[in-house]
Amino acid sequence: MINIEDVALEGMFEDALHGFPFECCGFLFGVEENNNRSIKLIMRVTNITKEDQRRRFSISSTDYLQAENYADENNLSLLGIYHSHPNYPAVPSETDRLSAQPYFSYVIISILNKKISHVRSWKLNDQNQFDEELISQCISSTKK
Amino acid sequence: MATIIIPTPLRKFTNNSSRLQLEANSIQEAVNELTLNFPDLKKHLLDENGKLRSYINIFVGNEDIRNLQQEETVVQQDSVISIIPAIAGGLFI
Repeated sequence: MINIEDVALEGMFEDALHGFPFECCGFLFGVEENNNRSIKLIMRVTNITKEDQRRRFSISSTDYLQAENYADENNLSLLGIYHSHPNYPAVPSETDRLSAQPYFSYVIISILNKKISHVRSWKLNDQNQFDEELISQCISSTKK
Repeated sequence: MATIIIPTPLRKFTNNSSRLQLEANSIQEAVNELTLNFPDLKKHLLDENGKLRSYINIFVGNEDIRNLQQEETVVQQDSVISIIPAIAGGLFI
C-alpha cells in the first residue's frame, strides 16, 4: 500500500507534463510503517540518457548520491523512483524490470494526448517480477 | 577502517545498516569482505563470474572506480566507498 501526498503527486504531474514528449524522472521520499508507505515529497532530476529520451531515462550517480544524502539529512527514507511514460500506459516495460532495484517503489505516470492519464506504482517481488502496489489516498484524485 | 555506504534498496541485506566499517586495501577486498559478512548481497553486486554487475557503480569519495583502477582501486583507512545502483528504464527493449 502506498500513499502519495498532494505536493508529491502534483510535482510529478508538473514534471511529466513539462517534459513531454520526453520521459521525466526523479526520486520519492517519505516514511514507511508496517509496510505502508507514504510519499511526502519528490526530487526532480535530469534524464541523462543518451538514447531516445521519448522512451528511455537514466539518472546520474551524482544525483543518486544527492538523493541518499537528502533522505539522511531530512530524516526521510528514499522509497523509490518515478518516471513518465509519454503516450504509453503506466505499466512497467521489460527495460524497467531489468533495471529495477529491490525495495524501491516505481511510480509511473502515463501521459496520453498531452494529458495525465494514469498513475500506478510497482515494486519488485522476490522472483524479480513487478507487483502493483495499491495507491491509497491519492488525495488529488479523490478531490477531483 | 574504510567506510562503505550501502544504498537504501540493498539495506535489507545488511540488517538495515547504511554504513559499515571494514578492513580493506582495495575495492576488490572491500566487496569480498562485504559479501562474506552479508552473503545475500552477493547476487545483487556480483555476476556469475564474480565481476561487479554492470548496473552497480562504486565510488571512492566522489570518483567512479571506472575512472580509477576499477576493482584494483586502492582503499585508504579514511576512504568512503559508496555503492550506487544504476537507475534507468524506459518503454521498450
